[in-house]
Amino acid sequence: MAQVEFWQGNKAIAMGAVAAGCRFFGGYPITPSTEIMEVMSEELPRLGGKFVQMEDEIGGIAATIGASIAGLKSMTGSSGPGISLKQELLGYAYIAEIPIVVADVQRGGPSTGLPTKVSQADVMQAKWGTHGDHGTIAYAPSSIQECYEITVKAFNMAERFRQPVLVMADEIIGHMREKIVIPEPGTYEIVDRKKPTVCPEEFIPYKADDDDIPPMAAFGDGYRWHVTGLTSNDWGFPTNEADEIDKKANRIIRKVDRFRDDIVEFKEESMDDAEVVVVSYGSVSRSALRAIRELRLEGVKVGHFRPITLWPFPDKEIAELSKRVKHIIVPELNAGQMVNEVERAVAGRCEVHRKNLINGELYKPDHIMSFIKEVA
Amino acid sequence: MPREDVKKLLRTKFMPHIWCPGCGHGIIMHAILRALADLKIPQDQICISSGIGCSSRMPGYIDACTLHTAHGRSLAFATGVKMANPGLTIVNVMGDGDGTAIGGNHFIHACRRNIGITAVVMNNNIYGMTGGQASPTTPEGAFASTAPYGAVDPTFDICKLAEGAGATFVARATVAQPAMCEQILKKAILHQKKGFAVVEIVSFCHTQFGRKNKRSRPMDNFNFLKDNSVMKAKADTMTAEELKGKIIIGEFVNIEDAREYTERYDEVIARAQKA
Repeated sequence: MAQVEFWQGNKAIAMGAVAAGCRFFGGYPITPSTEIMEVMSEELPRLGGKFVQMEDEIGGIAATIGASIAGLKSMTGSSGPGISLKQELLGYAYIAEIPIVVADVQRGGPSTGLPTKVSQADVMQAKWGTHGDHGTIAYAPSSIQECYEITVKAFNMAERFRQPVLVMADEIIGHMREKIVIPEPGTYEIVDRKKPTVCPEEFIPYKADDDDIPPMAAFGDGYRWHVTGLTSNDWGFPTNEADEIDKKANRIIRKVDRFRDDIVEFKEESMDDAEVVVVSYGSVSRSALRAIRELRLEGVKVGHFRPITLWPFPDKEIAELSKRVKHIIVPELNAGQMVNEVERAVAGRCEVHRKNLINGELYKPDHIMSFIKEVA
Repeated sequence: MPREDVKKLLRTKFMPHIWCPGCGHGIIMHAILRALADLKIPQDQICISSGIGCSSRMPGYIDACTLHTAHGRSLAFATGVKMANPGLTIVNVMGDGDGTAIGGNHFIHACRRNIGITAVVMNNNIYGMTGGQASPTTPEGAFASTAPYGAVDPTFDICKLAEGAGATFVARATVAQPAMCEQILKKAILHQKKGFAVVEIVSFCHTQFGRKNKRSRPMDNFNFLKDNSVMKAKADTMTAEELKGKIIIGEFVNIEDAREYTERYDEVIARAQKA
């Protein structure tokens, strides 16, 4: 018998993490993501895992990176202002290639902004928030079921690519409760980081395999290696040599780029004959789907495209669909972030309509129906 | 030349090191390595962590599990490492600016948690790597590149700060007493089983601090540290006036029956699994 629960999104994220093998959480309380750490404080010790409430947001991600270096699948979580604080160390995890998962339950900003109100304000922060270039993997769940499944996937990707992966929920997805069917253990593939296959004496810690990803040892398991936030060579040692810098700087972008097709996920509905397409993600996509289903009953040729990975952005797929539709509507709970990516992909092949709401409210199905009717 | 068992702990392929000739930091590194070698801690089970700055380049030169983190954050990283693998012996080195300015919050909370980490604050009273800016331990009136008319901020007493925040082992020495550094470090490393140990080692930066403060040669600084160090036992008999400008060295806190954080967390695990 499948286990059926009525869970909050934040709980589903936490339980998905645990199911993926997460055994460390370091964090700091912040609305609207706090329930993730509350659940972790309860679940992890039951499994012999560790939870620590750190003194600040930066400490939360720092401890998380440290625990991952010592071999545990590790996670932190936060929301807008906390994610802003974590940005430097997100960069650290990108350059030092440390797998971690970061849940970002988005709220309105800038600054303290709207702690209890929904927003999709962190889409660009997730990609460009830390200084320097890196590949980015970020998911946007739109249901409680997906919070769980995506968090499992986020751990798999973090472990595979040796880098941070973001789970970009929003306040509504994080706090909403709905039915979830807990998958039986073994339903999903669980990925663990590659371990070195050579003996410690032959271990070159940042020498990548053919996939551009170096195997990772854990502190304490017999391999002695150096981890640094400085740009380093294959030995993990700081370098100022242009060729070594070039190699490292490009590899941490390329390792994601070249596997883009493995990573990118999206979901389409009613696209076969659609002339108008709504592109939306997270909580907005729930309203959009309702609007589309109602208008379909009226015979309107409208479809929905939902990016599940915000990064890498499904640009090739959007480019394809722009060849066969007349209008793309992009409703977002920000002043227009993802729409820039949509426009880039569309490149003028059809009309792109920006729809933006930044008053802390959610787009209701009626709003989206009216946007569709304006162009259909 | 270092002893053979100390040499074994060096990553010579990452040398030459970045420290200026005559820098005090090498004395601290040597003392740490002698302490680790004497205690016969398996090399694979040693973690040396650090933040950013001259002091924090030390881990790169040590053949262990080494973690050069971000500015001020080393203790927070080390907290995660220790929790994930309590069997590791962690020596966390940091500078005065790294540890008590940008990393001050992590420092006091690591003290409060009493997590089994040995924190070595290499206090040279200045931000050396960035060119000699005033730090929280730059003496009032001393000159720095951001204090051209003399530092105006009062200083931290790192040992008092650590004691007040709950560290269960606190001691201070200067690089003018290398043998004492080693002895204290050994005790502080052994103390990891009981909790958080803070060792402030007063070092010096003749390049950035000395040249602006009439101590431009390394020996000026050694002599200054030697002449102004006062053992705690003697300091206890001196007046505040007599102690002005002196560096009190010795052991300030050593709580033998302290309970270490990861051990206490194991009890959380036991309670959770029983519930």
